[in-house]
Amino acid sequence: MGEVIVVTSGKGGVGKTTTTANVGTGLAKLDKKVVLIDTDIGLRNLDVVMGLENRIVYNLVDVIEGNCRIKQALIKDKRYPNLYLLPSAQTRDKTAVTPEEMKLLCDQLKGEFDYIIIDCPAGIEQGFENAVAGADRALVVTTPEVSAVRDADRIIGLLEAHEMKKTDLIVNRLRMDMVASGNMMSSDDVVEILAIDLIGIVPDDEGIIVATNNGEPLVGDSSKAGQAYMNICKRIIGEEIPFLDLNIKKGFFKKLFGKK
Amino acid sequence: MGFWDKFFKKEQKSANNAKDRLKLVLQSDRTGLPPEVMEKIKNDIIEVISKYVEIDKEALDINISNEPSEEGTLSPTLFANIPIKEVKRNKEK
Repeated sequence: MGEVIVVTSGKGGVGKTTTTANVGTGLAKLDKKVVLIDTDIGLRNLDVVMGLENRIVYNLVDVIEGNCRIKQALIKDKRYPNLYLLPSAQTRDKTAVTPEEMKLLCDQLKGEFDYIIIDCPAGIEQGFENAVAGADRALVVTTPEVSAVRDADRIIGLLEAHEMKKTDLIVNRLRMDMVASGNMMSSDDVVEILAIDLIGIVPDDEGIIVATNNGEPLVGDSSKAGQAYMNICKRIIGEEIPFLDLNIKKGFFKKLFGKK
Repeated sequence: MGFWDKFFKKEQKSANNAKDRLKLVLQSDRTGLPPEVMEKIKNDIIEVISKYVEIDKEALDINISNEPSEEGTLSPTLFANIPIKEVKRNKEK
């Protein structure tokens, strides 16, 4: 029986879709059978991040409305035969799907897949309700900024109200140089404020932009971000993995005389 | 800033500022009580308590946080920290 994981954040632009793509691809690399569902109806993006935008025939709304069978709408990934994408509809809006329909869809996919990863739209309205309806656990993505952390707190409250069984935090786009100089909250600061379990710290990495440009998630490569995403995947499947040491080692003289 | 200050003075870093501001704003977000209402509650508490004892109004601090209730669920609880300066004994006569 598969597990349904929703990736959510409240605020837009903190890396939900990138996280969904990398966690999904990483789990597929670990030989799990995975399907990614983009629930951001009207603002479809997971397909381009995965590099599968040219292969879409049917979408989520087609499946819900019965225009096609689920299997017909699933797009097989370019690199991993055990990874699939169910794209969102670009020409409809959030009201085309109800939470009950999403729950039913998730239950059907659970029989076929090990992991169903749902990319939630920004906001707390119906799109959010749809995305969390069938989920067993949640990954809350935030960046170490006041606006993103505030919205994450709101989302955590809503997930509690939905009686989500498990909610974990991913601190994304951490810049260790700024943390070291006291100008960015550390992951410890964010965890202290939000008071939920931490499952991953992803450093800010130019490689993410390059990977997105190419439509190839970087999870599992040698970059710090690639390692960080792979570690999240391993923690999801239940492995005990220590957090990466992202600290910048400053020499004695640099500490004394280094400019801020 | 003088030469020695650079070594010894600890300036307020923006990360700490962010953390402090977030803690405050989340307190009102979580309880649904805006800061103005908290201020009114505080002033009313000062008024009532001041009838009986002299309190340190500047040091008075109230906040609401989610505390585990007897059933184990979190419920918002009001905490008031009211330092008393002097008990007004002659008031009772």
